[in-house]
Amino acid sequence: MATAHSKSAARLMIAPAVFVLLVWMLIPLCMTLYFSFADYRPMRGVFETWIGFENFIRFLTSSSFLSSLVTTLQMVGGILVITIAGGVLMALLLDQPMFGQGIVRILVIAPFFVMPTVSALVWKNMFFNVDNGLFSYLFQGLGFPPYDFLSQSPLLSIIVIVAWQWLPFATLILLTAVQSLDSEQLEAAEMDGAPALARFRFIILPHLSRAITVVILIQTIFLLSIFAEIFVTTNGAFGTRTLTYLVYQRVLESQNIGLGSAGGIVAVILANVIAIFLMRIVGKNLDN
Amino acid sequence: MGQINLNQVTKSFGDVQVIPPLDLQINEGEFVVFVGPSGCGKSTLLRLIAGLEDTTSGHINIDGKDATTLPPSKRGLAMVFQSYALYPHMSVRKNIAFPMRMAGLDEATQKAKIEAAAKALNLTDYLDRKPGQLSGGQRQRVAIGRAIVREPAAFLFDEPLSNLDAALRVGMRLEIMELHKKLETTMIYVTHDQVEAMTMADKIVVLQAGVIEQVGSPLELYHAPRNKFVAGFIGSPRMNLIEGPEAQKHGAATIGIRPEHLGVSKTAGLWQGKVGVAEHLGSDTFIHVHQTGLADMMTVRITGDIEARHGDTIYLTPDMDQLHRFDAAGLRIE
Repeated sequence: MATAHSKSAARLMIAPAVFVLLVWMLIPLCMTLYFSFADYRPMRGVFETWIGFENFIRFLTSSSFLSSLVTTLQMVGGILVITIAGGVLMALLLDQPMFGQGIVRILVIAPFFVMPTVSALVWKNMFFNVDNGLFSYLFQGLGFPPYDFLSQSPLLSIIVIVAWQWLPFATLILLTAVQSLDSEQLEAAEMDGAPALARFRFIILPHLSRAITVVILIQTIFLLSIFAEIFVTTNGAFGTRTLTYLVYQRVLESQNIGLGSAGGIVAVILANVIAIFLMRIVGKNLDN
Repeated sequence: MGQINLNQVTKSFGDVQVIPPLDLQINEGEFVVFVGPSGCGKSTLLRLIAGLEDTTSGHINIDGKDATTLPPSKRGLAMVFQSYALYPHMSVRKNIAFPMRMAGLDEATQKAKIEAAAKALNLTDYLDRKPGQLSGGQRQRVAIGRAIVREPAAFLFDEPLSNLDAALRVGMRLEIMELHKKLETTMIYVTHDQVEAMTMADKIVVLQAGVIEQVGSPLELYHAPRNKFVAGFIGSPRMNLIEGPEAQKHGAATIGIRPEHLGVSKTAGLWQGKVGVAEHLGSDTFIHVHQTGLADMMTVRITGDIEARHGDTIYLTPDMDQLHRFDAAGLRIE
């Protein structure tokens, strides 16, 4: 099929996509790069095109950078742990034959269709609200004082919200992996004297390892840019300021576009470092 | 060790009864083959014995003890699956060690047993490979190795050779038979291939629709099939079954004559027909004969070679001593 003609046709057809990608990704990136070396504060009417690495130095040496980095890692790590542990459990449950399997599976996927802003608001007002949230009622019913989740353990609250959104994704990928496991392997392990827990540990989990790495890779890339959930719930207060949120604050709240852009470039570099690192692990896992 | 008794065992999936009440005795050290067409319940029966399926009613005794409700691992049986069911992420060594590891055996014993099994099965050079790097026959041997190290009361084989090519299948068949002679352990072997059944078994169990049609040694089944089904199923090429007036002459509803018990002549004989396809194997020739007025097609087996062209007229004469007679219900008339 790879004739000269079909090759040029393929190039022609790919061209629009490449063009869009260039316009939507490369231009903003270049502009960010350009601003990151400038002192650009539009509200004060300051625009100096070249101030060297000053923005970067300021951004990297500020105490908020390190704390935001730690927060980002905690948040991403926490969400990954919950979604993968929960996803494996859900996948194993959904694999069991049961009544109404099709509907249950659709329901499980549902949270993935809810927009981040909406789901964060629902969680904030319906569950976490101190005065009339469902958790407050539950705590009162059990005889405990109400707990203000968003101000007393804000990071955990956001982790729970985002994990709830991403659990369906992990479940879906892991479910297909569980279903592809040869049932004779489990039966062989059963004959070999492996109890249920050992079958999980020695047969199911190794079989899922590939799917788990894929989930980790994809989720990490998306989770590094969590924004709406933080914006809607805590506004970056109480130690929930991630790197993404810090960049936003520098640009829009402090109106310092140069500093924010430098932060953006740092974030891009860090995300790429993590991505390369993860790709290597995945590559190794996909090999065998 | 290795005596298995099935007493009035039944199995139903929902409303469908796949195995009606069934009795079977398997003696110590026997090589028993379950054979039958696909969907006849032979694999289900094996899985019932293994404990991978629960019996709906009835009892399974293993070595005199009631094992009906025992989990698979407590029955002391080892199974070799059709897909081999090797653990793909473990090396051959770890695959073979897995049952011992689960049983909590110490490292030294494990190592010794792995070495012994690997030596017996020619796997020593492959111990550190993953199953994905092995050929079909080698995987099969690993699966057997994993079964051997458990020192089971009986081995269960579920169509273990069906994924191998013809040449390898014959080789593995011999290896399994030699293994049986060496270990003298009870083996139960499921297959749909009657050649495998005939060559390997001490005792063949012919099944159809969950019912045992006949139990016996290969030659018993060949010489005295109890009914039409067994007569047609055992033997290759299939027995010729003739109905109608020709059968009534012999006082039967159906008569059967094996292809190798028909004499062939080009000039004279009892039955006349036209040659269809002739299959020349060198050592034997199978001739398909049409227009005999007896059955749609008759098969004749001749030792050596014979000149037979499509459309030639040919005469067949049965060896009357080898004629099988069946009544209207399909049962053998002695």
